[in-house]
Parts: sequence; structure tokens; C-alpha cells
Amino acid sequence: MYDVKCDVVIIGGGPAGLAAAVAAKEEGAANVLILERDNALGGILQQCIHPGFGLTKFKEELTGPEYYSRFVVKAEELGVNYMLNSMVLQVNPETNEVFCANSEHGLTRVQAGSIVLAMGCRERTRANIVTPGTRPSGLYTAGAAQRLVNRQNIMVGKKVVILGSGDIGMIMARRMTLEGAEVVMVVELMDYLAGLTRNRVQCLDDFGIPLKLAHTITRIEGNERVTGVWVAPVDENKQPDKSQEEFVACDTVLFSVGLMPENELSRKAGVEINPITNGPVVNQYMQTSLPSVFACGNVVHVNDLVDNVSEESARAGKYAAKYAMKTLADAKREVKCVTGRNVRYLCPQTIQVTEEAEKVSLYFRVLWPELGAKLIARCGEEVIAQKKEFRVNPGEMCHVTVDTSKITGDEIVVEVLKEEA
Amino acid sequence: MKKEIICTVCPRGCHIDVVGEGDVISSVEGHGCKRGLEYASAEFAHPVRILTTTVKIAGGANELLPVRSAKPVPKEKLFDCMEVIRSTQVELPVASYDVIISDICGTGIDIVATKTVKN
Repeated sequence: MYDVKCDVVIIGGGPAGLAAAVAAKEEGAANVLILERDNALGGILQQCIHPGFGLTKFKEELTGPEYYSRFVVKAEELGVNYMLNSMVLQVNPETNEVFCANSEHGLTRVQAGSIVLAMGCRERTRANIVTPGTRPSGLYTAGAAQRLVNRQNIMVGKKVVILGSGDIGMIMARRMTLEGAEVVMVVELMDYLAGLTRNRVQCLDDFGIPLKLAHTITRIEGNERVTGVWVAPVDENKQPDKSQEEFVACDTVLFSVGLMPENELSRKAGVEINPITNGPVVNQYMQTSLPSVFACGNVVHVNDLVDNVSEESARAGKYAAKYAMKTLADAKREVKCVTGRNVRYLCPQTIQVTEEAEKVSLYFRVLWPELGAKLIARCGEEVIAQKKEFRVNPGEMCHVTVDTSKITGDEIVVEVLKEEA
Repeated sequence: MKKEIICTVCPRGCHIDVVGEGDVISSVEGHGCKRGLEYASAEFAHPVRILTTTVKIAGGANELLPVRSAKPVPKEKLFDCMEVIRSTQVELPVASYDVIISDICGTGIDIVATKTVKN
């Protein structure tokens, strides 16, 4: 077996892994190693050739390749090591060993001081949402189609129906149109847009692509190739009204129906998983229930902006380095973060209170859209942080920042209240 | 002429009504801030978009180079630009921000690489 030693090992070389690696190096970890299963660094951003990245982090609008390239340049400057074509098979948290299969060295054992999980997420498929009908060719997840079109020069179809109004679906609607395909419609189960308004304007409205809110695909038709789908409006319980079913001819269906953190390795290692996010439970250092294992990016919770991923991953990298160098401060006590009204989940789920006061941002998603909202963090009845938002929306992550010195008791409740008129 | 413009400056997404003719704008209503006013006025008279796509790498086995317009191009020229880009091939090596096509479709705007590809 090929043996490698390092201080911090990072599983995944996408935006999360890259930001964690850079931060770990900057914190002073001597040997930082990224394990990446693809043949290049950059992760999903390699196929996200569209603009819209970096507005928060770099104050300019970058494409995916420009965004990750900045981190790759920085990582190379700092001397971050990486192994490509390396599929991690197992994480052993007791010994801090990571086993991977590498095409050059064969089975490889990495011995580390700490481990960062940065495996990202994968797409939900037709099977996850159980769309009835036949199983012809021409059915793709939006991201798979994006990889084929943008990286492999393979056009996936000519007449397209897209299910789901998430950002990837809308961006693929524009991409397919620019490449000469006809996008017949985008069908969305909810009665509101899943992605950003900007993408509706620039990806659908610009090209006259109809958006069918509160509709779904009830059936897929076609034997060898898909020939069309049946589309029907849904009622308030999301049940389709079959009497209004309509046939829409197409040769391709793209599913843009959500993302799931990819946590097979984490589960096998015994990391505690939150049932709402489907990602590891973490504290503000992005430390999981296993002290030497940290996690960041979409493997923890699916983010809408890569800028947020970079920020939280830098934290994971910094504290993973501290852990490896044994400079991570001991906690006096642990505080639980609890969801209140109109809060679906919180990240981090726990806060370590140490001697030193820290500012901790609690990220969360709301359950339903609301106008005129007040975001509150409280310990018992005492409000320790609050802020107003003109509008909150499940598609856009919210946050509220608390000062750890103000925390009383062992619990913080975060809630969204309707603001009094 | 009246146009309803959905503002994309921030996630608030104001619906802004702009009335005018060509470059001359007579009224703007419904914007939530100054940036929205500027966006709606520009969007009414001269809508522009950043164009991103790929260019085939010559001799490569279906390898693609991601590219963008260095600045936003007029919206009505997007498909003309795509025609030109589609018939272009690029020789390696290419560095990020190398000009791949200069002054595309007479817009004065260059199409540049967004990635470094050595070999």
C-alpha cells in the first residue's frame, strides 16, 4: 500500500475543499493534501461556465472557472498538495486515516492530523421524485446535461422540457437555447420560483421561455427516445388535476429537482447526520461530532451561493489546521441552536462557548416566503441578535450573527417573525 | 412605449414600469432604490448581457474552452455572437483572459478565455 502523511487531509477539490486548503495553509499547517476523484481541481464550477459567482467574495461578477481558478492559483502559491483521480473509499476517525484508490499509486493510505469532508452534493433524480411513465433515453438531471454540454461537447437534445425552476434548470434553459435547442417550458411544482429572480429574467424571460408555476409532469412517454410528457396543474396539496392534463412533445427532459449532500463516507465513519440538512451536524468551527473530522460546503447543507461555501470552508480549514496543530481552544460549554417559527434548519447546530468572545453567524433557510420579516436569535426570552429583512424566501439563505459572550443558558432559538405594520 | 422590468440588482426583484421612446425615458415607477432606477433605465434603452459559452479546442478530443464576453454585449446580438463563436476553434496553450475573438460582431467587445489550458 502507498503511504502518505499530512497534517490536514481534505476530501474533495471543489470550491469547498480549495477554500479549506488555502485557509489551513494560511493558519500554518505545514502539509495540506487534497484528494480529488476527478481529473482536475474545481469541482462542479468547471461546468458552471455562466457568470454570477463572486459578487460577495470578490465584489465582481465571475464565471465558475474564473472563480475556482483564483483558489487554485492561491493553493499552488501556498504549496497545497493534491492527488487527482483519487476516489476515497473509507475514513477512519479513530486513527485519522483516509483510504483512497488512486490510478497511479493504487490503494493509498493517508495518515493525517485532521480530516475535512468537502465532497459536495449530488442531484436528485427522476427516481427520487418518482415520476410515472416509461424509461426512454433523453432523460437527464440538469447538472449531468450541463457537464455533457459544457465540458464534453455533447449536445443532449433539440426540444427540451425542464422540470424544476431551480437555478441549474433555468441556467440550462438558456444554455440549451443558445446552443440552438428549443426549450418548450419550465415546469415548477411550487407556486413560486425555486431559483433567483435574476435567473428567471436572464435565462427564461430573455428567450421567451414559458414558466409553468404550480404544475408538474404527470407522465413520461416514449419507447426508445422520450416523445413527450404530460403536464398538469397541481392543487394546494401538490396533487395534479388530471382533468387538465396536457401533452407536451419533446425529445429531452431535464430534472432540476434539488440537491442532496453526498455523505456515504461521513455516515460510514460514524459522523452524526442532521435529518433535515442530510449533512453532518457541526459547530461554528465546522467540526463534526467526531472531533478530528471537519466538514464544509454542500456536504453540510446545500448552499445557493458559492461565496458562502468559500466563507464557511475557510473556517473549516482554519480550525482543522488548529486541531492538527493542537491549538484549538477548549470549550467551556456547548450551546444548542434550535429552530423556531419559519426556520427549517440552522447551521451550525451547536456553538462552543470558549473563554474568548466570538461572533458566530447562524445560517438558516425559511420554510415559506414572507414579506416584512424580523430575524431573531434569543436565549429564553432575551433577544441577543436581530435584524430586519424586506423579504425572506426558501431559496435564499438567511443569517443572523450572535456574540458568544451574550449567550445565556444552553440553547439559542432562531425564529422569523412577521414584522408589526 | 411602456415596459415592465423586473429588477435584478438585488434579490428583492422590484417590478419597475418604464415609459419612454428609444433612448428618451419619460417616467420610471416602482423602483425601490437608486440602483434600481439606473438598472431599469439602462435595461429599457439598451439591454445588455454577459455572454458565456465554450469554444472548441483544435485537435482536442472534444475538449472545450470556456469563454465569456469581456463586457456585457447588446442582448439582441447574443445569437449573432453565438454563430461566430460556434465557427471558431482555438489552439493551445491558452491563458485565462486571452482574447479569443476580438470585437465580436462589431460590438467593440472581446470574447476572452475564462480558464487556462496548457496542453
